[in-house]
This record gives sequence, structure tokens and C-alpha cells, in this order.
Amino acid sequence: MDFDLVIIGSGPGGYVAAIRASQLGLKTAIVERELLGGICLNWGCIPTKALLKSGEVFEQLSHLDAYGLGATRPTFDFTKVVERSRGVAKQLNQGVAFLMKKHKIEVIEGEARLEKGTPAPKVLIKLKAGGERTVQARNVILATGARAREIPAVGLAADGDRIWTYRQAMTAKACPKSLLVVGSGAIGIEFASFYRALGAEVTVIEALGRILPVEDEDVSKAAQKAFEKRGLAFRVGAKVTRLGKSKTGVELVLDSGGKSETLTAEAAIVAVGIDGNVENVGLEALGVKVDRGHVTTDPHSATNVAGLYAIGDVAGPPWLAHKASHEGIHCVEHIAGKAGPNIPAPIPGCTYSTPQIASVGLTEAQAKAAGRKVRVGRFPFRVNGKAIASGETEGFVKTVFDEATGALIGAHMIGGEVTEMIQGFALAMTLESTEAELFATVFPHPTMSEAMHEASLDAYGMVLHL
Amino acid sequence: MTDVLMPALSPTMEEGVLAKWNIKVGDTVKAGDVIAEIETDKATMEVEAVDEGVVDAILVPAGAEGVKVNTPIARLKGEGESSSGGAAAPPQSAAPTAPPNTGEQKTPSPPPGTGGGGREADGGGKPAPTPQQTKGSPTPAVNGADRVFATPLARRIAGQNGVDLKAVKGSGPHGRIVKADVETARPGAAPEQGAASTAEPRKVQSLEQMGIPAGSYDLVPLDGMRKTIARRMTDSFRDVPHFPLSLDLEIDRLLDARVRINATLETRGVKVSVNDLVIKAAAMALKVVPEANASYTPEGLALHHNADIAVAVALEHGLITPIVRKAETKSLAQIAVEMKDLAARARDRKLKPEEFQGGTFSVSNLGMFGIKNFASIINEPQGAILSVGVGEKRAVVHGDALAIATVMSVTLTCDHRVVDGSIGARFLQAFKGFVEDPVTMLA
Repeated sequence: MDFDLVIIGSGPGGYVAAIRASQLGLKTAIVERELLGGICLNWGCIPTKALLKSGEVFEQLSHLDAYGLGATRPTFDFTKVVERSRGVAKQLNQGVAFLMKKHKIEVIEGEARLEKGTPAPKVLIKLKAGGERTVQARNVILATGARAREIPAVGLAADGDRIWTYRQAMTAKACPKSLLVVGSGAIGIEFASFYRALGAEVTVIEALGRILPVEDEDVSKAAQKAFEKRGLAFRVGAKVTRLGKSKTGVELVLDSGGKSETLTAEAAIVAVGIDGNVENVGLEALGVKVDRGHVTTDPHSATNVAGLYAIGDVAGPPWLAHKASHEGIHCVEHIAGKAGPNIPAPIPGCTYSTPQIASVGLTEAQAKAAGRKVRVGRFPFRVNGKAIASGETEGFVKTVFDEATGALIGAHMIGGEVTEMIQGFALAMTLESTEAELFATVFPHPTMSEAMHEASLDAYGMVLHL
Repeated sequence: MTDVLMPALSPTMEEGVLAKWNIKVGDTVKAGDVIAEIETDKATMEVEAVDEGVVDAILVPAGAEGVKVNTPIARLKGEGESSSGGAAAPPQSAAPTAPPNTGEQKTPSPPPGTGGGGREADGGGKPAPTPQQTKGSPTPAVNGADRVFATPLARRIAGQNGVDLKAVKGSGPHGRIVKADVETARPGAAPEQGAASTAEPRKVQSLEQMGIPAGSYDLVPLDGMRKTIARRMTDSFRDVPHFPLSLDLEIDRLLDARVRINATLETRGVKVSVNDLVIKAAAMALKVVPEANASYTPEGLALHHNADIAVAVALEHGLITPIVRKAETKSLAQIAVEMKDLAARARDRKLKPEEFQGGTFSVSNLGMFGIKNFASIINEPQGAILSVGVGEKRAVVHGDALAIATVMSVTLTCDHRVVDGSIGARFLQAFKGFVEDPVTMLA
């Protein structure tokens, strides 16, 4: 037996699982075909936050007069903006390398493939440095992640030039004057927000009836309004029938309720979803159960094959780094026989646009669809002292309580820094709080978070500042 | 002023007997000093001071039983610090050896309909009305063991459904009762049901009621070990579907082998017992039939990687099952040495929790008492236990002829949820093979 545990993929699911495994005394190896830290650190969460911060600062500079300040016309150097983002990614990538070393986790650089083995599948690695290596472990965790979904039939696929997925959109050579973004999930909206902040004319196309379709309807509505105020254009309920290159850039034909429209721009970003990386890992031969591009797992992330587990994006939605880490930790603790109670934790979701969007738990519509009677509270930032002082009065906090028990079952926020606040509601839900605990908690003044308190009070008709 | 708390000496320890104090009021202690001895379920352990200071008060007298984990047992003050005076509960009332009826004197649990609510709400759907039970902290620290840990939502749903939280077993972190526990609990469930695992196994009529007059017997108080045996054996015999499989083994060759082995080991001062050979053979047989080295769990059958053999050791007042870990990998000499050490320390009640918790299979041998055949009770969560009888000369039939052989009867008690008859039988076959032809254990 070479290892107690081999993890395939070093994204936020894999590398965090590896650290936990090492803490629990498991002899652990991690296989990575590209860069330590996976998409999250290198091509996702982190570098986009760097880009968005540049965009946000730049946008604020153009509103300095509102704060009684002034500056000569601000400019940006797009190459440097991207360089900064790459530098941030690199720093964190090296951080993961350090963590692996610190926890004595063997990093095997190469591409892994599974073959039948006992007590867990054997891992064959085509080494980056050349040659092949086979390792046998007691347990294997598949954490191969996911990639941008592409639909080549209608041209929704990166073309190496003007049509991008997140990957090319993150390292563009220049800021396009005009941009089409297909898909209004978090990824689409963040890129739209970034490029708009730098001055691009951006149109976002969404096939479903509203933007950010996983968010609460009130949030979708408010977000669209806020983005339109910033100059973003939207086509909702619009299906892309064809995307292709034109002489000057790209051309997109869409169909909204039978009406055809053609849009043109310098570039387009495809952000229509995610597909799990389930191919070329040897899953078919092992008979691993895969459903719609994702490995099927039980609550401990075990697959149907003995000794094989799958966590994170490859094991299905929500495709979020923190969900992958959470699953990874529980999975490893389960393997080591040290798992705590597996209480399903609500998984918050964040979109780092301007304004920001954050949510946890059920939307009002989801709760009602599940047959629950709800109490809903709302509190707008426009009457929150700190928000007014900061000039960030857009947005609101919305709470959803189960009427029968008073349990907080959902919270939805749009506005400044709400991504930093949502954990408060996540914590409340994980601790199974009712309205009483939210009422009883003292929120510091003056903060934007007071709106969380007020939105809770509002659900019970006790709001103070409205 | 620092309180010394009753330590948890093992993850499962809930209470213990404060057997002995090594300090008295006025003594100066420093970190690492052994200040007391505590008798837990199965072992006596020493308690070391974590802080330094002068002993200000002994809050729990020596000999106190049922001292809950985290109860303050003594108080230290820093050098020069003055005594705590009347601030704390007087030592006498703080002693957890309270009369048995304290349970009824507690603040009554909130009536159904009250939850952990805060303010009263207005408007239509009413959340649970405001309970006032948090006022004035009616529960002194020493009664902390009666405190029910539950999430706010669990409390509220319990109130709405009329579920007594004391009857609910928590599945959350640190045993906290969460929503799911309350939702699966039956309303009005009697506290005894859920509390059975922590309290006396069950209520029976008193001896007097059964016609045995008081004064006609001596009453030996239940110590921690007796309570644990009573609880674990009752739980197992009630909840685990037991069935026995018996087999006779001819052990003449085993006895020969033992003589030769011991002759070889004599210079090393090691003596292998028949039981050591049985341990080794059982471990080897578990590797041949891994399905017998298993535990039933609601999530699946846990097939153990190692044969960690728990061996019943009789003590003066009870028994304990120290474990020979990975017995399949150990030589007979290793097993013999280990077993001797474990048994000696078991008799002195000096085993560490990890030395008697977590075996995967048990062996119990009453051969030394001449017992021919018996069927042990499963040691949960193990899937089987092997009961070993006396090795004695018996008449056997070899071919068509009567012969004399040394025969030992063994009985495997199986948990039918995990070890079916055929699995148990295959295990016994493999075991028989190793015992009757011990050379094969070398293969």
C-alpha cells in the first residue's frame, strides 16, 4: 500500500481534503495535472476578484465628487490590471505548494487515470516530467472539478480568438469596446460587471426569464435595475440560436419568444454553465455511476465503487469552492473514522458584481413551492446609517422564516459588502436559529449588518427604522 | 480563583467516581501534580493539576459517585489571593452525591408550546410565546449534567410537538439535540426510553416487592464498571439478534505445538498460553473470513481492516476486555507478552481507554473453570464473540474406531444483522483448521 489516501485534483476540494487527511494522520498524496489550487485559485474565484477590485476602484474614482473629492481623469492600463490578477493567482498557488509541503503531502504532477484495484482503485499517473507511475492507496478521492460548458452546435464555444470562456476572458489582451455575455449566472454577471466598469458596452443574454436565476426573484429584479443604471444591457428569455465570428468581431443571433434579433460586438463570453470533469479518468471501465456529467455520491461523498469518493464540482452542484472544501473535509473525516455528525449545512452563494449579491438557504418562491408558510422580512440599505455615510445605499436584505417554527430558512442580500455579511445568516442557520436568536443578537452600530437585524425584525412586524 | 473540573478521561466518559483526593485545603499544587484519582467506567486514572495555586476548597468529597464531567471538584486560588468566601456554593450542597430525588426537584421543564423564544411577536401566525425559564439562572453549575443541549429550533419544535427533550438523544456536535432528532422523536416519549443509555438499564420491582425481605442480604453499591456492564450487556442482549454456533476442536496438536514453542521461548522468559494460541488463530481466521470481522451500522456493514481482538479478563468485581491490536500480524510471543501486560494492568485498573475500547472481535475463555460450553453476549459493536471452553480428554470417533482426544468446545455468538449463519460457520471452519493444525498459522 503506497498511501492511505490519494486525491486527484488540487482545487479547493482536493487540497483542503489533503490537509485535513494529513492532520488526521493519513499518508496522503495529491495528483495535479496543471496548477496547485485548481481553477479556484488560478482561473476562478481569486483572480476574478482581483480584476473586479480593479474595476470597482476605477468606477469609484469616477464618482469621487460625491464624496467631496476630485482627481484628474483616471485611466487604466488593462495589461497591468490582468498582470495584477495573475500575480495574485500565483501568490496563492505558491501558498498551496507551501501548505502541501508543510503537511507532508506528496504532490504528484501529472494526469491520473483509475484502474481496478483493491481496496480502492489503482491510480495510474502520466507524469508531467515524463514516464508513468502507479500508486495503490486505501482510498481515492476524485476532485477533478469542472470546466465551462460549451455548446458548439450553436457556436457557444471558445474559438481561440474573439469568443471566450472565463479562461480567455480573464487574460484578455485589451478591454473590448463592446462585449456580449451569454449566461447571467455568477460568472457571466461578474465578467459583465468588470468589463462594464472599465467602459465596455456590455449586453448580457439570459435564456431563462430573469437574470441570476438561482437567486430570489426580488434580488434578480433589483440586480437588473442596478446593473442597467450602470449601463449594462440585458436580453432575458432569449435563446442563442447562433454565435459566430464576423469581420469586426462577433455576431450573435438570438430568439426571444419567436422574435429574432442580431447583436454584434468585439468579443463574446460564454458562461452557460459547468460540466464535470468525468472524462478520461477511467470511470467507465470501473463502472462508476455518473449522472448528467457528474459522479453520483452518498452523503459521505462515496461513489458506488469501493474505496472511491468524489467531492466538489465533479460530484455535482452547487459548483462552489466552499462546497468542495466542506465535502472534502467531511469525506476525509469519514474515511478516517473521525467524522462528526453530518448535519446538512446551508451553502451560501456570492456574486462579486457591483452591487454584490449573496444568499443562503431557500428563496421565498422555493420555500412556498415546498409547501411552507413563510414570513418574509425586508430592509433596504437606503435607510441604514452606515450605508448612507458610505454612499452605498443600493440594495436590501431579505429574510425568509418558516412560519410554523420560526426557523430562518433563507436570506438574500444585494448591496455593498453583502458577500462579507452572509456568513452571519449561514451561521444562524447552521445553529438552527429561530427569529428569537436573531432578535436577541446585538448587531454593532453603525454597520451595514444592522440591516440583517432589521430584516429579521421586519418579518415579524417589528422593524425599527422603517 | 480557578475551578478544577471533573475531567473527561475518555471520549465516552459521562461521569465517574472521585475515588481519592491527594490534596487537602491549604496545599500548594503546581501543574502536573497528581491531585486525585478517578474511577471511570472501567479504569482508575490519576488527575493532574493543570494550574498552580493553593487549594482553597474541595468541592466534591472523596468517594463521591456519579460526578458528572466538567463539574467543579475543587477550587484553587493564586498565591496571596484571598479565599472565595461565600461567593460560591458551599461545598456540601455542591457535592453531586445528592439524594436521588433531586431530579424531581428541578425546575420543571417548560410545558409544551414554549420554546427558546425571545420576544413575543405580533400578528397572525404566532411563534411560540415567550418562556421565562431563563430568568435568574435556576440551574446551579453542579446540576449542569441535567442541562439539555439543544438548538433553538429543536427546542421550539419539541415544545410544539410535546416532545420531552430529556428523552431525545442528540446527534449534533457534542451530542447537541438538533431539529432532525426532535422530528424523529415520538411525542410524549417517556424519558426512560432515551435516557436508558445513560441511566440504570431499566426499572424493576424492588427485592422487597419480589418477596425478599430487607435485611436478608447485603447490598453492594454499583460501581462504574458494574453499571457499564449492566448497561452494555442489557442493550446488547435486548437489541442485537444473537445466535450461537458450536463446534468441537481436537487440540492435541495445538498442545504439542505449545510445548515446543514454549521450550524455544523459555530463554526469553515468555510463555504462550492456549488462549494466546486461540487469539492468534481467531485473528488468522478473521483474515480468511473478513465478513466475520464486521460491525453492523445503520449506514452499512463496517468491514474492519484489522483483527483487533478484545480478550475478556476477569477482575475481582467485574471484567474488562483489553485489546490485542492487529493480532493477525503479531507473533505468538508478541501476543503472549502483550496479553500478560494487559491482563496485569487490567487487574490493577490501570488500562488506558484506548486499550479496552474499539476491538473488532472478542474472545472469552472460561476453560480454566472447567466450563465445557457457553455462549457469550455480543460486545457491541462487534459482530461476533468466541466463547472458549475447557480442553479435556473425551472419547471421539476416528474413522470407525473409538479414540481418546483432547477436545475443546467453542461457541461463536453472532450478530445476525451482520454475521449470518454461513459466515459464522465458515469462520469456525477456518478457526478449526488453524487450531487443529497449528502449523498452518505460519503459512
